[in-house]
This record gives sequence, C-alpha cells and structure tokens, in this order.
Amino acid sequence: MSESASANAPKPSSSVKLVLLGEAAVGKSSLVLRFVNNDFQENKEPTIGAAFLTQKCSLPTRTIKFEIWDTAGQERFASLAPMYYRNAQAALVVYDVTKPSSLTKAKHWVAELQRQASPGIVIALVGNKLDLTNDGGEVSETAVAAEAESESAEQNGEEGAAEEDEPQDAVSGDARKVSTREAGSYAEEEGLLFFETSAKTGTNVVDVFTAIANTIPESSLKTGRGTGAGTGQTSLGRSAEDARVNLGDRNVAKANEGCAC
Amino acid sequence: MKSQQDPRSDGHEPAEISEQASIPKTPDTGHDKRSPSPEGERPPLPPRPSTLSLLNDETASRATLQAEATTAVSRMDIGTQSSDAGSAHSTMALRGLPRGPRAKTSLSQLASSRGSEAGDSASIRSSILNTENGDDGALFTDFVATAPGGQPQDSTGLLNFPEFAADDIDDDGILSEFESIGELNEEGDNEEMLLQRWKAKRKHYVILSAAGKPIWTRHGDSGLISGYVGVIQTIISFYEDADDHLRGFSAGDTRFVVLTRGSLHLVAISRMMESDNQLKLQLEALYMQILSTLTLPSLTHLFSVRPSTDLKRPLQGSESLLSSLADSFTRGSPSTLLSALECLKIRKQHRQTISNALLKTKASSLLYGLVVAGGRLVSVVRPKKHSLHPGDLQLLFNMVFEADGVKAGGGESWIPVCLPGFNSSGYLYMYVSFLDIRDDIENSAEITKDESVAIVLISPDKEAFFEMQGMRDALVEQMEKNGSLKEIKTAIGNGRPATTDIVPGTVLHHFLYKSRANVQFTMSSYSPEFSSLTRRRRLMSMYNNLHSSIHAKDTHVKVHHCVSRSVSSFGWVTPVFELYCIAEPNTNRNALAQSASKVAQWAQREEERLFIIGGAVF
Repeated sequence: MSESASANAPKPSSSVKLVLLGEAAVGKSSLVLRFVNNDFQENKEPTIGAAFLTQKCSLPTRTIKFEIWDTAGQERFASLAPMYYRNAQAALVVYDVTKPSSLTKAKHWVAELQRQASPGIVIALVGNKLDLTNDGGEVSETAVAAEAESESAEQNGEEGAAEEDEPQDAVSGDARKVSTREAGSYAEEEGLLFFETSAKTGTNVVDVFTAIANTIPESSLKTGRGTGAGTGQTSLGRSAEDARVNLGDRNVAKANEGCAC
Repeated sequence: MKSQQDPRSDGHEPAEISEQASIPKTPDTGHDKRSPSPEGERPPLPPRPSTLSLLNDETASRATLQAEATTAVSRMDIGTQSSDAGSAHSTMALRGLPRGPRAKTSLSQLASSRGSEAGDSASIRSSILNTENGDDGALFTDFVATAPGGQPQDSTGLLNFPEFAADDIDDDGILSEFESIGELNEEGDNEEMLLQRWKAKRKHYVILSAAGKPIWTRHGDSGLISGYVGVIQTIISFYEDADDHLRGFSAGDTRFVVLTRGSLHLVAISRMMESDNQLKLQLEALYMQILSTLTLPSLTHLFSVRPSTDLKRPLQGSESLLSSLADSFTRGSPSTLLSALECLKIRKQHRQTISNALLKTKASSLLYGLVVAGGRLVSVVRPKKHSLHPGDLQLLFNMVFEADGVKAGGGESWIPVCLPGFNSSGYLYMYVSFLDIRDDIENSAEITKDESVAIVLISPDKEAFFEMQGMRDALVEQMEKNGSLKEIKTAIGNGRPATTDIVPGTVLHHFLYKSRANVQFTMSSYSPEFSSLTRRRRLMSMYNNLHSSIHAKDTHVKVHHCVSRSVSSFGWVTPVFELYCIAEPNTNRNALAQSASKVAQWAQREEERLFIIGGAVF
C-alpha cells in the first residue's frame, strides 16, 4: 500500500544509518526480522559478525530508508562495534525484559554511544521479549493489548504462551525481571526513546522504527530532496516524551498505514 | 594381483581384481606373518590375533573367546609399538565384558581391532607438513596428501570389512541422533532420563581444555556430563603424565579417538564404525573451527595467561557452527571423507564467463572471491600466490550453508573469520550475500540448501564492507547481463547426474570420483536410492569402509573389490584419481569393473566441466 502511495506522489526520501546493539540473545535480529520481513523464527541461531539490511519506512511527509546494521551480541565481536556505530544516526540498544544483566549491558552501550558515536545520534532503549511477561507492559493501554492479541492470532497459532499471559493474570508465568518503570526512568534521564516490544508477537516493533524516523532531526538527513517536510522533530527530549505517551494509539496507527512491511 | 604389486602402474584399467580383498605384498614387519592370498580365496587371517579379527563368522567366535580370556584377567590392555616414523605410540584397548555370540559381536571385534592400530596419526602429521608447503600454482592445496603406495605401511586396516557398517542404525536412529536431549529441569529430577538419552546417541564429540574444563559437547550441556568429561580427562592425563599421547581406545563397540592440539583435547566417541583416521579428520576440522573463531595466537594467549581459562565464553555464539559441522560428519560428508571440494557442473565456457566477470569487477582489497551454489563451488578468483585450502572452504561453506546464523539473517553479512589454512594468526573479513535466482518469489521459504547461491567475498580489510557490496552489485549485474545467472540456475536444476545417465544400464548405484590434482570431487545423484537420510548415512558408511581399506597403512592397493551380503563396493586409486563405487551385492565383477572404468573415462572427458582448474587468478 505504501508503495503505491509513494508512487503516486514521490515524497522526499532519505537514508538513515541505524545500528542495533545489546547483549547476546536479547532478540536484536528478531526485531530486525520482524521489521524487515514481518517474520519470526523460534530458536534463531546467533548472528555471526554483523548483518546489513535495509527497509523503507514511509512517513506522511517523507520516506526514510533504514540501513540497518544488526550486530552480533557476543563479547568477542564488541571490538568491531565502533565500525558500525561510527556514522550511525540512530541506534537501538536492546535488552531482554526477563534478564536484568542485559539492561546493565544496555546501559554500557548507551554510555559508549554517548561518548563515542556522532553527537546527534538518536538512541532508542528497547526492552524485548514482552510476550514472556504477564502484562503487555505497564504503559500499554487496551489498544496495545488488543493489537498484540489480534496480531498473535493472525500469525501461525503457536502463540499459546502469549495468549495465556493476559494482563489480568496475576503472577503465574510472568518472567519479567526488569520493570517498565526502572528502564523507563533511566531512558528519561538519558534522553532516550523507550519501548517495550515483542518480536515474537510484533508488539511495538514497527513503532520503534517509526518513532526513530520521526525523531531524526531533519538537518541531519543526507538527502537530495529532503526539504519541505515540516513535521520533523528536532528536540530529542520532547520526542522521546511523545513516543512514550503516544505509543498506545497514534504510533501504532501511523505505523500500520505508514511502513512498507 | 599384478596391479597391486606395481605401485607405479598408472592403473587406468583395473586389470585384475581379487574377489574379496586386495592384499598387497607388505614388507615383513615382524608382526605380519601372512603371505598374499591367492585370488578367489577369502582374505588371510589377521596378523595380530590378540586384538584383531575378521568379521567372518568363523573368526568371530574365536576372537570372542580371546576377548573373554583377556577381560577375565584385566580390562585394560596396553600395547606399545613403534611406528614407521620411529616414535613410540601407545594405544590402550579397553575391552568390554565378554559378549555372547550375537549380531553385534562383529562390531565390537572390529572396534577393538582398531584399538591396536598404532601410528594412525602419522599420516595426519605428514599431511599437515604437506599443508605448509602448498603449491603456489595450484588452486587448492591438498589437505591430506597421502600418496598411494607412498611408503610402506602396515596392512591391518585392510581387514576391516564390516558387513554393513550402519546396519544397526534404524530409521529413527539417525534422525534422533540430531535431536536435543532436553534440559535439566529445575528440580533436577530428570537427570537420569537425560543421561539415558545422552548415552543413546551414537556419536559424541567432546572438547575440553588440558585443565579439564569442558568447552563444548555436541550433546548435553557440560553440567550434565561433567562426570564423563572428568573420566576422559583422567584417562588422557594418565598418559600425558607418562609423556605419552593417548590416541584412541575402544570400549565394547564404541571407539574413542583423542586429538590434542595445544591446550585442547578433542575427543570423538563413535559407534558408527568410523576409522581412527576419519574420526581424527573430523576432530581436526572442529579444531579448525575453533581457530577460525579465535585465531591461534589468541587461543594460545588465553591459555598461557590462565591455563584454567573457560573457553566457553570466548567461543559463545559459535557453538552452532561446531554443531552443524559435527552433524555433517554424523550424516556423512563426502567432502570430509575425501578432503576435497565439490564443484557445480557447468560448461567450461560458462565458468570462464563467470571467472571473467569476477576478474572484471574485482575490488582492490579483495583476497578471495567465490560464487557458491549450495555448497558447490561455481567459480573462484584468487591471488596468484595464494591457494585455497579445502579445509578452510569447508569451514566457510559450513558457516554459510549449514549453520543458520548467516542465512537466517536475511540480509548481507560481514563476518570476521580466521582461515587457519590460509593464516591462522589473523582475521579476514567475509562478505556474504545470497542471490535469489528463482523465477517465482512466492515460496521464498522453501529455498533448500542446494538451491541457494551465495556470493562470498573475502578481504583483509575490516572496513571494506561497502567496497565488497559494490563489487557484489557489479558482479551480479554482469552475471545477469551475460546470462551466467541463468546458467547457474539451469545447472542447479539439472542436479547431479544419475549413474545411468553416465553409463546407460550400469550396475553402479552410486559413485564418488576425486580428482587428486584438483583436490576436487564429483559424485552421482543421491536420488532416488539414497535420498533418505538413513540410506545416505549407510552409503557414506560403505564409502568410509572402502576408503579406510584402500588408504590403510602400508598398503599399495590400487583396486579393491569387496562383496558383502548387502553391497558390493569397488574402489580404484591411481595417481590421477580415486574412484569409489557402490553396487548390488551380487553384481558381476566384470560389469562392475567395466562401469567403473566408464565412469572414470567420463570424469576425465568432462574434467573441465566437473572441476575448476586453476580458477581466475590475479
């Protein structure tokens, strides 16, 4: 649908270099796979080295082409990371909501990015594996829960665990070890976008990328025809706020109509 | 027997074939008291009756008796012999409790017979030396350069004629071999069951450090089997303490082979009737994979700084590469058996066109460029001074095609990798991109391994990703324009030829042909007969036996014909090629020889289509 839309009225397009960082096995590749192919694989083998993928994201006023570096999380690859984040305009720092140590590692990555990456880099902190928790995330309004449910139903029916984990279900089966509040307040302090996602069910995945696309300052986009778009948000802090507040409704809607995936 | 006695004969015609075995005239080494058997008679009795036996029924019972006598006194039997190289190796034969006359007796006999094959690794050592002085001009450097009839060797291996090696592997067996044994639950009360499942596996690989830390095991996590790892460690270090190296031992019908490299012990445990040499090659490949992940200097450094280093952490994420490599051995890999590579059969002119495209689009920092179709090489571009090592390519192909880590990513990959055969001390960077050559995009999920085409570009420069990407784009554009992609697609569609395509009406069911000079092999199609995993495994077992018979120490076998209840196999080795064929058990000998000779003629006629000769060089 977005392709026909963009064919009718060519929008200014620009490419954004994005890098994924985070501990091994938190779901970086699965997030990318969900975003790029709308697909999910159980027990995916670990990434070796790094994978390079692209995906277009169509916003109302412009098209963003993400050039994504999906890096391997193992420590022996850590020394190669600077090569990937050096000129990146955006970074997804991913942790696993069921594994506190992965948030610690994520904080290290955030610190390294703030120290070494380009100054204007947009960083999103992403807590993945939301499907393993009881709630759809504390911030989730009914819209998100419903979204998650309908999506999981649409997929191949093997989401038994996710469906059992209804928000009302009190304690049983909740593997969450990192509270939304803890990670959220850290993200706020550091001025990061913050999302909790499930690559398995698809919850919030597209939203992360859309929010990043919306947050990239117009001025930092290298593009031949990147003029005229007026809605580009330049204040990192504000947009982070926006993303958190609106994640339930507006971004989901926008994502569904907007992204080519 | 003429053909066997003259090691220099070119062997283009299998002049005479002994019915069951070709026993060469071996130098009298003291423990070999046999004389060559006349044609038509069954092979002579084994030279060392205490540990060796034929699989014939008559001898099996005799050997069982001996085993009983020995085990009654002691369960351990340690023998030291001097090998050709002059150094003393000792092997330990651990025999199981006496077994009654049952179907599997032959298996245990065979396994224990291997226990006394000392000095097996001598050839490995010499082959590694050969690896160093690679021929600059050659495309591939031969990993295992064991010339037939090279030096006098002892002939014990010849006597290993398992009736049908994998006969005890039922259909479920081979499939369950790859299943996970599951995880220890929180209460830990399923440990017994897990161990049971673990023991049921026919093949194990265990890698541990000299300090006894488990590093990797194919089945079960190290916590579960730490007790067994401790036992292995104890046995190995018992010999280390005596300044000796344990190479292998048998327990019942299970063969243990140990390979020590630096601070690592690699152990293969097999109930699949593989020879020591074959298991050793597999362990070598696993070791190469570890080097490929870490490089030799960093591996050495880790252990020199802290001998008790837990290597699991630095290897994290590469376990799946080790596992897929191990599983390919368990399934049976012609490439590993022959230490050679397979190429996609394509017209010489078409291959030339692809090579030219590679040369034309070559990026300045490129070291090696490969076009690979489902693990079969299509074309190569390389610097004049550097050959490619089959062992290195085996690691690359395993990573790209067998393990899911690269392919499942869905994009282009940029992977630091050490190619130990090229240079074990540093990393190269490998760009991998899969091409979609199918017409219909619909069933994109169903690209099988054989159908996927990958462009692999290797550079020493870690920043060269976009340069390699540019080369890939230019290369693909070229290949699209000149029709090469279509040719590759057609070649993949054609598949491997059936034996009857090559020799109409032939008695052969399958063959492997290795071109020794090119270090490459070709084979006939698995289908329809060997399509299933089980049947393929059996086929590979037959080849394993044939191969180890022919390449046994101290033999100068040129032609080897073996008839058993279930199969008749035929091997033929000349300085130019090695040919291994499988046919029905009651196949006429002349028909078999005739077919084999026709296959050999075909392979030589089609040489430039079947093999890459030289490749594109810059």
